[in-house]
Amino acid sequence: MIEDAIAVRLHAVVKHYRTGAGTVRAVDGVDLAVDAGSSVAIMGPSGCGKSTLLGLVGGLEPPTSGSVELGDRDISTLAEPERARIRRERIGFLFQSHDLLPFLTAAENVELQLALSGARDGRARTRRLLAALGLDEHAERLPDQLSGGQRQRVGIARALVHGPGLVLADEPTGELDTAASNDVVELLLAVQREAGATLVVVTHDREVARRLDRTVTLRDGRIADLPAGRAAAASLAGGGEGPPC
Amino acid sequence: MSEPAVGSAEPAPLVRARDLFKIYREGPVETVALRGASLELPRRVVTSLVGPSGSGKSTLIAILAGLSLPSAGQVLFDGEDLTRLDEAGRARLRARRIGLVLQRGNLVPFLTAVENVELALRLAGERRPRRRATELLVEQGLGDRLHHLPRRLSGGEAQRVAVAVALANQPDLLLADELTGELDSATADRVMGVIQESGRQRGLTVLLVTHNQEIAARAEHRLGVADGAVVAP
Repeated sequence: MIEDAIAVRLHAVVKHYRTGAGTVRAVDGVDLAVDAGSSVAIMGPSGCGKSTLLGLVGGLEPPTSGSVELGDRDISTLAEPERARIRRERIGFLFQSHDLLPFLTAAENVELQLALSGARDGRARTRRLLAALGLDEHAERLPDQLSGGQRQRVGIARALVHGPGLVLADEPTGELDTAASNDVVELLLAVQREAGATLVVVTHDREVARRLDRTVTLRDGRIADLPAGRAAAASLAGGGEGPPC
Repeated sequence: MSEPAVGSAEPAPLVRARDLFKIYREGPVETVALRGASLELPRRVVTSLVGPSGSGKSTLIAILAGLSLPSAGQVLFDGEDLTRLDEAGRARLRARRIGLVLQRGNLVPFLTAVENVELALRLAGERRPRRRATELLVEQGLGDRLHHLPRRLSGGEAQRVAVAVALANQPDLLLADELTGELDSATADRVMGVIQESGRQRGLTVLLVTHNQEIAARAEHRLGVADGAVVAP
């Protein structure tokens, strides 16, 4: 079930929202390339468009204009049911630690990702992954019986259990103390590498960003790292040889 | 499995909770959330449980759902003592017989409305989950919201999706914790109407926990909670 890692390419991506106060330009012309199998941190001040950008990469919503390519597929023009299929089969999502369903056990929260794709060996696969994440004794516990770090490890298992080619994480350590945050990032990177998936992490934490292959900084909906004109050509390749943030 | 009352035409209540105590300890500090709470939920009846914040309502619903164990006391679900089941046993009972709607956190944020319901149906062993998920959402008046993500739904729409999720396993008991708490009164009224209608059609036993007296007054059977005990409303 492990998919090949998915390369991400965004071309001139714009996302505008209409609100009562006018149009919000949440993402305002972003070009970005993330090589398959690499890891990228997206940083920037609150409200700079980080989470919107992650939602566009994950097909949670279509861009106002521009294209979002996952592998060789442009998902920006797909109807929602088709984007939904790609999301559940090829992408793993990791949000903040309160996003587990509170009335399901740790194992059930992980299995639900597999249930959607109709996998038959869901229970065994879930148990193996939870054990690899040090949670074998906590599989039958409910989220509120786990620490924040343990909940987030369950979240990692849920994001990886179906063998996605792309893992998207939005502030995965936002509610954790430093020690738990370090553990979660280590485990996330370890399972991402083992699965051979591409990883994109939105974070405000420089320590988290430092552990990933590259960092992209957003400001006012645009990439702020590079001089104007170079952004379109920039390839945010993995391999650890890129410049520090 | 049902437990008919001896010598009576009335069936026994689906749920009987007796003398529930719940004490939380954090270091030297003890908080008593429930102090001798007892209640009965008659079958196929909507019961409301009304009380102010901090009165023990959410603790009580967590215990009735088997999400948490009481420090003392007993919960009989169709005659079976929930407090004697281990975590896995309570999870199985929940999966088979209980639908749960919480104030928030009911939906997987990266799945659409129809996917969230479909997921619950798959977990319940439904063989044609997409078709059934669509039917359940149409029944909740959400036929035009099938492919919306939770963050693109209004509060009332998200709660109706949560009701559809809770109904997916064809439960005997629907527990709803403050599900109208963050909604405006017209929307809360609509959600309450959906619950009553869904309950009536399916012969569901419903417990609706709320701090809203108007919502509570619409239930056939009304209870109150104050200082960790169940009282007359």
